[in-house]
Amino acid sequence: MNSTNTAATLLAASGLGKRYRRRWALSGCTLEIPAGRVVGLVGPNGAGKTTLLHLAAGLIAPTTGTVEVLGGRPGDGPVQLSRVGFVAQDTPVYPGLSVGGHLRMAGYLNPGWDGAEARRRIEQLGIDLRQRAGRLSGGQRAQLALTLAVAKRPDLLILDEPVASLDPLARREFLRSVAGTVAGRGTNVVLSSHLVADLELVCDYLVVLVASRVRLAGGIAELLASHHERSGQPVRLDDLVVAAMSQTGDVR
Amino acid sequence: MIRFTWLQFRAQAVVVAGALALLAVAAAGLLHRDDGAVRLWLGVLVLVAPGLIGMFWGAPLVAREFEEGTFRLAWTQSVTRTRWMAVKLAVVGLASMAAAGLLSLVVTWWSGPLDRADLNQFATFDQRAIVPVGYAAFAFTLGVLAGALIRRTLPAMFVTLAVFVAVRLTEFSWLRPRLLRPVLLNLALNPGSTGYGQQGTLSVLFSSPTLMPDPPNLPNTWITSLAVVNARGQALTTQVLTRACPDIGQGGGGGGGLGGHSKAPQAVVNRTQDCVAKIGTTYHEAVAYQPASRYWPLQWYELAIFLGVALILAAACLWRIRRS
Repeated sequence: MNSTNTAATLLAASGLGKRYRRRWALSGCTLEIPAGRVVGLVGPNGAGKTTLLHLAAGLIAPTTGTVEVLGGRPGDGPVQLSRVGFVAQDTPVYPGLSVGGHLRMAGYLNPGWDGAEARRRIEQLGIDLRQRAGRLSGGQRAQLALTLAVAKRPDLLILDEPVASLDPLARREFLRSVAGTVAGRGTNVVLSSHLVADLELVCDYLVVLVASRVRLAGGIAELLASHHERSGQPVRLDDLVVAAMSQTGDVR
Repeated sequence: MIRFTWLQFRAQAVVVAGALALLAVAAAGLLHRDDGAVRLWLGVLVLVAPGLIGMFWGAPLVAREFEEGTFRLAWTQSVTRTRWMAVKLAVVGLASMAAAGLLSLVVTWWSGPLDRADLNQFATFDQRAIVPVGYAAFAFTLGVLAGALIRRTLPAMFVTLAVFVAVRLTEFSWLRPRLLRPVLLNLALNPGSTGYGQQGTLSVLFSSPTLMPDPPNLPNTWITSLAVVNARGQALTTQVLTRACPDIGQGGGGGGGLGGHSKAPQAVVNRTQDCVAKIGTTYHEAVAYQPASRYWPLQWYELAIFLGVALILAAACLWRIRRS
């Protein structure tokens, strides 16, 4: 469970592809993400971000290529599952089950479950444990989903566009609590979004994915510094990402 | 995983357990045990319960997870999805079987006196004893598989109902009579209890008139076929009949012992009886039936078949979930 055997590589994909019937959601994706970073995965809709994260969480199996997460095959047995926390897009919860019921569920299903931490987080958010999850606001639901993923004490936390459907205030609060959770814990995080501003709040490493290809990858500070060096003037991360996304020629 | 399954399922389980308890109390005290209409409705309840279980417990089990996206929550806990599916199938499946079994137990007990007086145990064969447990297991796993394949609750419910009804009708009309070789009985045609007319309800459209003997009096047995045949086993055709008795059926009204109808003119009755006597020299009544003692063997046989099919369906669910 604990990151004693932390590989230097958090996630390694090689020629990774996933086909749904006739449509390739991801194809020929090769990338390597170092451990110990808070990684932002950014790219336009349809770039394959969600597919890549689902493959990394073991929710789907690759059609071609391989992917390794924390040195293991995603979804391969309960130990690998326990090492990865996953918050899905739209943060699904069981509408008929109470918030407390969700915490009990996660306690039953995860050997490393930290019940005290989970209750502390929920109380801090002012959410009633007896409330049905279906009655929560979008922001509260996302917080519940985050709590479930965090309190299982994973070595890697994957968040798939967790804030896409939240209003600006809830979005900021959510990202703050992700940042607060990550700080001083040594949990690896991969967070996807199509908004660079979201990622800037939390991440220190960036991967720009366009049509299954990595267009730009590196520590955010390093990326900004090297650009400054080359062009002689400071640049905003936003502009750097847009430039990476709109460059043409190297795709297939 | 068992505790989680129970956490999700307990509300429905409690409702059904409460309803069963109410029914048991009513059966023990309030419902008069000589009420034929109540007996009929309780039988219908046992008959439809497995279908409802398949629709409301089976179909949504996986389909709703897909529909609401919660499978992404469930399958990223520290439990493999194979185990997740296996435990859900086992817990809710056993609850389905228990519910159908208890319902059947209450109804079988309550209807006991009327059933014994009726001397027609096979008429309520699939509303009593242990077969409803098999139907419930089958309907439930069918529903789960439909949900896993279709991934939408409402269509999965309808497909479950349609397939369940189709399978039960086929099983009841085609398979069950073939499960055990029937006992054959040859009887001479009795002019006093053999009529002339067309058989069946739907088949009236396709069949031509023939002689219709009354079924023999064999209490608590199940007569699976009744025919007028000659020594070589050939059935009596209309051509043979009209050649032997050109004037049969003329003069209105059906004759012979099919009591309850308006009385046919005596001349017609006599003519029919003469004809039956004449035909009876070369033709006889061939009866195929399941004796009363076959009731329990058939119950076990059918239970085993449905449980076996349920196991196959459960395996298909696991296979489908593993590769989705």
